Amino acid sequence: MPKQTFILNGKPVTVSVNDDVRLLWVLRDLLGVTGPKYGCGINVCKACTSHINGKAFNPCATRVGDLKPKDRVTTIEGLAKTTPGDLHPMQQAWIDRDVVQCGYCQPGQIMQAVALVKRVRREGRDIRDSDLDSIRNICRCGTYVRIREAIEQGARKMR
Amino acid sequence: MTQTSDGSSPSSDLHNDTDAASGGLGRRKFLGYVMAGSTLVVAADITAGRPARAAVPSDPQIPEAYDLEDLQTDSALPTSQLITVTITKEGRAKFALPRTEVGQGIITSTAMILAEELDLPFDKVDVTLAPARPELLLNQLTGGSNTTFSTYTPIRVAAAIARGRLIEAAAILFGTTADRLTTTGGVVSDALGNQATYGQLASAAASQVVEAVEVVLRPKEDFKVIGRPRNRTDARAAVTGQKDFTTDLQVPGAKPTMVCRAPEHGGTPKRLNNRAKILRMPGVTHVAQVPTGIAVRANTFGQCIDAIREMDVTWNNGPVHGWSDATVLNKLRKGELPLVVPDVPVLAQTINTNFAFAFRSSAALETYSAIADVRPDKATIWAGLKVPILAQQRVAEAIGMSQDKVKVNVITGGGSFGHKLFGDHAIEAARISKAMKVPVKLMWHRADEPRQGRLHPMATSRIRATVLNGQVLSFEQRHTSVTTDFSHGLGEMITSQADELDPLGIGGFGFAETIFTLTQELPYNFGLVTQLLNEPLEFEDKFSTGSMRNIYSPDTCVAAELTIDQIANKLGKDPVAFRLSMLKNERVKAALRKVAEEGSWGRKMTPGTAQGVAIHKEYKGCTAVLVEIDTRPQTVNRDLGKETVTGPRVTKVVIAVDAGLVINPRGLEAQMQGGAMDGIALTLTSSCHLKDGRFLEASWDNYFYTRQWNVPPKVEIHIVKSDSDTPGGAGEAAVGSTAAAVACAYARATKRLPTFFPINHGEISFKPKSFVPPVPQSPTNGLKLAR
Ligand code: FES
Ligand code: FES
Repeated sequence: MPKQTFILNGKPVTVSVNDDVRLLWVLRDLLGVTGPKYGCGINVCKACTSHINGKAFNPCATRVGDLKPKDRVTTIEGLAKTTPGDLHPMQQAWIDRDVVQCGYCQPGQIMQAVALVKRVRREGRDIRDSDLDSIRNICRCGTYVRIREAIEQGARKMR
Repeated sequence: MTQTSDGSSPSSDLHNDTDAASGGLGRRKFLGYVMAGSTLVVAADITAGRPARAAVPSDPQIPEAYDLEDLQTDSALPTSQLITVTITKEGRAKFALPRTEVGQGIITSTAMILAEELDLPFDKVDVTLAPARPELLLNQLTGGSNTTFSTYTPIRVAAAIARGRLIEAAAILFGTTADRLTTTGGVVSDALGNQATYGQLASAAASQVVEAVEVVLRPKEDFKVIGRPRNRTDARAAVTGQKDFTTDLQVPGAKPTMVCRAPEHGGTPKRLNNRAKILRMPGVTHVAQVPTGIAVRANTFGQCIDAIREMDVTWNNGPVHGWSDATVLNKLRKGELPLVVPDVPVLAQTINTNFAFAFRSSAALETYSAIADVRPDKATIWAGLKVPILAQQRVAEAIGMSQDKVKVNVITGGGSFGHKLFGDHAIEAARISKAMKVPVKLMWHRADEPRQGRLHPMATSRIRATVLNGQVLSFEQRHTSVTTDFSHGLGEMITSQADELDPLGIGGFGFAETIFTLTQELPYNFGLVTQLLNEPLEFEDKFSTGSMRNIYSPDTCVAAELTIDQIANKLGKDPVAFRLSMLKNERVKAALRKVAEEGSWGRKMTPGTAQGVAIHKEYKGCTAVLVEIDTRPQTVNRDLGKETVTGPRVTKVVIAVDAGLVINPRGLEAQMQGGAMDGIALTLTSSCHLKDGRFLEASWDNYFYTRQWNVPPKVEIHIVKSDSDTPGGAGEAAVGSTAAAVACAYARATKRLPTFFPINHGEISFKPKSFVPPVPQSPTNGLKLAR
């Protein structure tokens, strides 16, 4: 069976599994990294959102064989380590705004939010309402209002 | 974005009502127990503190005196069961809540109640979920938003006893008397500077034997924790990915398992024709046929999906073979109970309305999941379950084992909205584990949920009102619904309550009618009011149904409030002024006035946009909602890319809620916000389409629950001061009133009365995913889409 190597939350990992198995299952079922959640498996709900080389992507829609050994995959478990302090400012904002209800969607929401802030920064601008409108992550508990507030707070602290 | 909450700053007058208020817990004494143990363990009867039932109400509408929450709490009475609080030697309080957390925040609010009565820091209180406790019978049911209402007093009684015992132990230790001691932050102290922590006192306070003790509860003027905003206890775990849901648990040997399901709703498997081939597929370990489909177990869920897609299965038709939405609607229309022509003067005018509501999926974001390890002599289940006792019973039945051999662990659920009332997932997992003879971690595919999962039933609601001289003489509502499944236990509670209910005059109804009667309340002076439910028998066992963040109320509320707008219009009255003049309940009026004021009711709106308002009274509380909607073409037709349903946008929501005594205003505000998102979806976007016995939806891009682009830019929640002494329900309170306010606003903006909900049900704005195979393959372009 082929060996798959990539960097997961700062550490290189190697797993023996076929190329076409989607990364979400490699993370959750084989490596026991369960922060990214399953909500659809077809890149719609965004509950599995994680980062590849700092950008948001969806492991349910990524073949593990398509990863290169140098690719850095960050899941919610590894997010805090990407910034000083014991929580990422976006996670802190989520706690401050008491966003979480059932919590199932929130790892994906936070990873999406961080990548969104970074993207608009790369575009040399601040977050707009239209950026928030474009977030596709489902929250079936309806925490959207607090998510928007938390992103604004988190963005201010992500300097 | 505006976010306000009158309750978010500590306000002592939030609870400054008198003992005479409902509940009247005042200085009453309660009985509890100190249990035998090596550390302090105290107990209270879970039914403690229920006020004696009021006499038969004279009002024709039952819920004012006796609603679903009373029913749920009363059905507990005969069982008299104990809940216990333990004070550990480390000075922590431990309590296993016989309820399920699915996102409503009950763990947090329960910890607040304990911290309050114990005088213990909030972070030293550990609340966990109790596994199935068969002896509690239906005292272990989380539904109808009843948790806080029914557990509030028993928990306080236990905590007060614990605090009393700790003080007594300290008195002996310090050589003083209990009345000279005070407690703060988990420490007992006297004026001389003697101090002992609860942890140090826990053993001394313990008892060798069970002792009955009487206590008086702390007066609420002294509350320091209850009523103050508090963040969720599990927030940190949730935002760091540490909060575990069922499929995150690592149970040895429980490998990923999925089920290949029939194309038709409720269809069953005849046989798998290529078993050998499936067993040879990468990662696959087992295949087994169960009543609901063909199960496959593999090393990863991805390999289960691959296997399901390769399966060649012969299927039996489902119970609604050949039916479509129109078939069901026709049958409902035929089953509508007649409106009784009221005896009104000939000059009276009549207003007739008739609304229909599509099927909706009650699925949460976490799909149905359960871990089962069934051995020859015992079985263990892990799942999110709102009625674990019933699941335990059904699992035992399904695998032919006695109930005491089945252990059911309750796991925090990723949302519920009614479908975790049922144990479908636990039962299915147990059957599969038994058939395969190995532990399994069952997960439903997203596509399975709307197609084979629990649905909110399709229904019609027909109303006739008569008016004369500015008065409403009669208001008749006939709600006709596809059968709602109440086999999760609510039905059994009602059976056990039949005798008590009879004096209230609703005997002779079936389960569904009883629940309908207990939950519907139209708090208006409308003369002769009748609200009746009919669930025609021909729908029995046809659809997999259940409640969905409320049972009938969202639909009946939409129908009633839209009709009330029609009446106001006919009488030439303003919708708010008309409601205020007709409402008979001061709490509802106060809430309505609040939203009218905060939401600037009556402000000038541009054509194509409008305000709408609605109220809802249920669960010992009420809500009023004001919304503004934008139905202009440039908004409705916003192009946000493929598979993105935009439609009219609600631009503002203002909610005033009176939920009785508020434990945690931040949690209540969150529940209101979430309920509002549900209400918006129910009226504008979310539904399931039945075509030839199959439900078309299979993805969140087919089933349009509210998404960020539908979220109102402005959402304000106002918590109205309440006289009530007891907490009311919150989880569902804003759904119906928001749905209704959005419908009313839509009608005013478009000058057209919508009659089918959601309003976009007529067009199918997606390409249905394949039925054979029943699950879509995961895409592979994830890296290209990274951004
Ligand atoms: S599970 Fe990956 S987007 Fe839904
Ligand atoms: S918090 Fe429950 S799905 Fe978002």
